[in-house]
Amino acid sequence: MSWEVVIGLEVHVQINTKTKAFCGCSTTFGAEPNTQTCPVCLGMPGQLPVLNMEAVNKTVLTGLAIGARINLESRFDRKNYFYPDLPKGYQISQFAVPLVEHGHLDIPTQDGEKRIGITRIHMEEDAGKSLHEGLDGVSHIDLNRSGIPLMEIVSEPDMRSADEAVAYLKKLHQLVRFLDVSDADMEKGQFRCDANVSVRRPGEPFGTRTELKNLNSFRFIKQAIEYEAMRQIELIEDGGEVVQETRLYDSAKGETRSMRGKEEAHDYRYFPEPDLPPLRITQQQVDAIRDGMPELPAQMRARFEQEYGLSAYDADVLSQTRELAAWYEALVAAHPADPKRCANWLANELLGRLKELGCEISASPISPQQMAGLLDRIADGTISGKIAKDVLDEMIQSGKDADAIIEAKGLKQLNDADAIDALIRQVLDANPQQLEQYRAGKVKLFGFFVGQVMKASRGQANPAMVNARLKALLDD
Amino acid sequence: MSFETLTTWRARLAQGELSARELAESYLARAQALNPTLNAFVHLDGDEVLKQAEASDAHRAAHGARPLEGLPIAIKDIFCTQDGPTQCCSRILKGYHAPYDAHVITLLKEAGAVLFGKTNMDEFAMGSSNETSAFGPCRNPWDVSRIPGGSSGGSACAVAAGMAPAALGTDTGGSIRQPAALCGITGMKPTYGRVSRRGIIAFASSLDQAGPMTRSVEDTALLASVLCGHDPADATSVADARAVDWLGACRARDMRGLRIGRPREYFIDGMDEGVARAVDAAFETCRVLGAEIVDVSLPHTSAAVAAYYVIAPSEASANLARYDGVRFGHRCDAPADLLDMYTRTRDEGFGAEVKRRILTGTFALSSGYYDAYYLKAQKVRTLIRQDFEQAFARVDVLLTPTSPVPAFRIGEKTDDPLTMYLSDVFTIAVNLAGLPALSQPCGFAHGLPVGMQWIAPAWHEDRILAAASAYEAATDWLARTPELEGEQ
Repeated sequence: MSWEVVIGLEVHVQINTKTKAFCGCSTTFGAEPNTQTCPVCLGMPGQLPVLNMEAVNKTVLTGLAIGARINLESRFDRKNYFYPDLPKGYQISQFAVPLVEHGHLDIPTQDGEKRIGITRIHMEEDAGKSLHEGLDGVSHIDLNRSGIPLMEIVSEPDMRSADEAVAYLKKLHQLVRFLDVSDADMEKGQFRCDANVSVRRPGEPFGTRTELKNLNSFRFIKQAIEYEAMRQIELIEDGGEVVQETRLYDSAKGETRSMRGKEEAHDYRYFPEPDLPPLRITQQQVDAIRDGMPELPAQMRARFEQEYGLSAYDADVLSQTRELAAWYEALVAAHPADPKRCANWLANELLGRLKELGCEISASPISPQQMAGLLDRIADGTISGKIAKDVLDEMIQSGKDADAIIEAKGLKQLNDADAIDALIRQVLDANPQQLEQYRAGKVKLFGFFVGQVMKASRGQANPAMVNARLKALLDD
Repeated sequence: MSFETLTTWRARLAQGELSARELAESYLARAQALNPTLNAFVHLDGDEVLKQAEASDAHRAAHGARPLEGLPIAIKDIFCTQDGPTQCCSRILKGYHAPYDAHVITLLKEAGAVLFGKTNMDEFAMGSSNETSAFGPCRNPWDVSRIPGGSSGGSACAVAAGMAPAALGTDTGGSIRQPAALCGITGMKPTYGRVSRRGIIAFASSLDQAGPMTRSVEDTALLASVLCGHDPADATSVADARAVDWLGACRARDMRGLRIGRPREYFIDGMDEGVARAVDAAFETCRVLGAEIVDVSLPHTSAAVAAYYVIAPSEASANLARYDGVRFGHRCDAPADLLDMYTRTRDEGFGAEVKRRILTGTFALSSGYYDAYYLKAQKVRTLIRQDFEQAFARVDVLLTPTSPVPAFRIGEKTDDPLTMYLSDVFTIAVNLAGLPALSQPCGFAHGLPVGMQWIAPAWHEDRILAAASAYEAATDWLARTPELEGEQ
C-alpha cells in the first residue's frame, strides 16, 4: 500500500522596512555587530514599543495578494521564553488574532494548478543572533537583527510532496519580492522556512507530525522533507511510532535529527501585549493599499502573452521578478517594433551572459535603452544576428553603445549587391576545382561557397543576400 | 519652613525672597539630617542638586521662570534618570545607570524643576509597606516604628517629613495613594494613558501610572499640569484625551451641587474604627459644603484584589524577564552555563516578594491555567469597569477611605502576604478600571494620618481637584506636621 506525505509550511519573511518593527533603528544588513540598536531593541528597563505602520501596510498588502481576510482589529501578544539573544525575554508577536487570515496561493504541479491554503499571516519581531563559532568557548550576541519586522506565513497542511512544498515556497518567494514587501534573500535569512511533515495511508487521518528546522535553501527543503518522510515511513513499517518533536536538518549529513521532544516543548505563555493597544485599521486604509497593489506575477504573465505575443514559456521567464519584467518593458518601450525579438534577446542572450557573470538584472552593465540600440541595428539590417551577439559581448564588457562598437570595429553589415557579387566572383575564381565539382552536381558545396564569401567579408555580408546572389551567379 | 507648599515656594522664588540654591540647600540640610532615621532617600547627591539649582537661578535671571523653576522634586527610584543610579530598589539593578531620562523626567527638567534625589520604594514597586526594598524599609515620619505605606513609601515619607516639597510616585494598585494616606499627604493617580510610561521601569504595564505626591491639592494640580500630556513614543499614551485646566479646576474650591457617591462595598467589617470615623466626618463636611451624598454600589469590588493579583503578576513575570544577567544589572559570579547564569543571577538579584509575583504570574499564564486565571481575571476587570460606569451614571465622583487601616508596624504583616495584599483593597479597582483618583488627608486615627480617596470617571480629574481643594480649604489637616527627632 502506498504512503502519502502531508506537509504544512511556516515561513518567516523579513519585511523590508527602513526601520525596525518597534523602534527607529536601521534594518540595513551586515553592519558591525550591535551598532544598529537602541534602548528599545536592547530591552532596556522602561523602554516601550511603537508599532511601525509601514510593516503593517506591507503585511496587509501581502494578505490582499493571497486573497485573504484582513482583520480590521488584530492584537499583539507576548511570547515568553528566555534566550540571550532575546533581549526582553519575550517576543512581540500576534497569537490570538493575527492581521491576516484565510488566504491561498496557487502552485504549478504535474497535474496542473493546485490551491494551497494559507491559514494566517501574523506580524512579529525578530530576535538577535548568537555567535558561537571561533570565539574560544564563549558566545557573543549581535542584536542588530533584534526587532526587525517579520511576517510569519502559515500554510494549511495541503502539500503532498517535497516538490509541491518547493513549488509553494518559490511561488511565495516570487510573490513577496513582486510586492516589494521583502527582499527575501535566503542567504541573509530574510526568507526562512520550517516544515511540518507527517505521513499516512491515503484517506486515513493525519499522522503524527514532526517539525523540521534550519531549512535555508530550496534544495535543503526538498532533501529534508524527502529524508524525513522516508524516515517516518520506515519507522512505521518497522512497527515503530512517530513521536511529535522538533527536528533539525543537518545539510552536511543530509539527515534530520531530534532537537527537542514534546515534553521539552516551550510553554510560551502567550498573553496580550499591554504596551500596545489593539491594532485597528480602517476599511478605507485597506482599500487604499489594495488600490496601490502592483500587478501580480500571474496577471503579468497573461498580459505579456496577450500584449506582446510571447510564448507561455517566455512570458513566465520574464515575469519571474519585478525587476526583470520592468527591464523587459523598458526594452520594449525603446524597441517597440518587435516585442518578441526583445524577449528572445533578453531571455536567451542577456540573461545567460549575466548569469555567467553572477549578476542580477538590476546590476546589468547595459541599460534597456542600450540593448534596444543593438536590436535596432539588427532590425534595420546594419548587422546580422550573429555579429550582434559579438557586439553584445563587447557592450557588456565595455558598457559602450552598440553603434559605437559597430563603428569602431567596422562591423556594419554589407548590403550592397554589387559588392557582394564582387566577393562571390573572387571566391569562385579562387576555387575553380570546387566550382567544377559543384557544376558536376555536387550541390552540397553550396554551403562551402557561402562560408567562403562570409569569411571574405569578415562576417559582415548580409547572409540572406549572399545566399540569393550566390545561387543566381552559380546557376548562371 | 520645610512644610511649605510648592505653590508657596514658587511665589517666594518669583518675588526674589530666596534663590533656588538657598531653597535646595535648606531641603538638603533637612533631608540629610533626617534620612538616617527615615531612610526615605536611597540616593541624594547634594552637589548634583545644587548644580541644578544654580542653573535654575541662572535660567530665571536670563530668561525668566518656567512653570516649576527651581522647585526641588524628589523622584521615586523607578524613574530612569541619566544622572545618578536608577535601581528600582532591587539588587538586580544595583549600580545601574540608565542612559536616558524617563519622559516625565524630561518634562520636569524642561519645566525648570530641580531633581532632588531618588526615593526608597518596594522592590520593583511590589509591596504596600516599602519593606521589600533592597535598601531596607523606609519609616513613617509620624511614628518611625511604622511603615510609610508602599510602594512609593520614600516619596510619601520625604514630602510628609519636609525633606522635599513634592515627589513623583507611581501607582499600579495604590502605590501613590496608599502611602500618601498613611503619611498624611496628597497624591494623585491620573487616568491611565494621561502620563507617559516611557522610561519608567515597568511593573504591570496595563496598570502602571505615574503621578504627583505633594502637600496640597493645588501642588498636585501644578505638577500634573507638567507631567500630563501625549507622548507618541508610548503607544498607551492617549493622544486625544479630554483636556483639563489643572490649576483652574482646583482654584474653584467649590463642591456645591456635587453628587458624591458613597460606595457601600468600601465600608467593610474589619475596617479600623478611627478610619471609619474620619471618613464619615469628611462626608459630613462635604455635605456642609453643599455636596449631595448618594449611596451607590460597586458590586464586584470584592473580586478586585484577586483579579489584580493575577493580572499584575502575569504582566510582571514578562516585564521582569529582561533581568537575565546578559546585558545589564547583576550577573552571578562564574556561571557554569547559561541555565546556571539565569537561575543564580535571578535568585541572587530578586527579593522574596518579587520572586513570589514572578512565580504567580508565570503560573497564571501557563498552558492549561490561562483560562482559569488570566482570562477570568480579565473578565472581572471588565465587570469592575462596568460597576464604575453604572455608578458614574448617578454621581459625579466617588469618595472612599484610601486604606482600611492607618500605618501598621514594620514587620507586622511581612509574614502574611495575603493580609498585606488586602492593604490595597480600596485602591486596586481604580487601576483595573484605569480611572483617576486622589488621596488626601482627612484626619487622624490613633495619632496616625487617615486618607480619603476621590475617584472620577476617566479624564475627569478636574472634578476631583475641585472637590478635594474645596475640602482642603475647609479643613486644617494641611497644617498638621509630624514631630521628628533630629529636626533642625
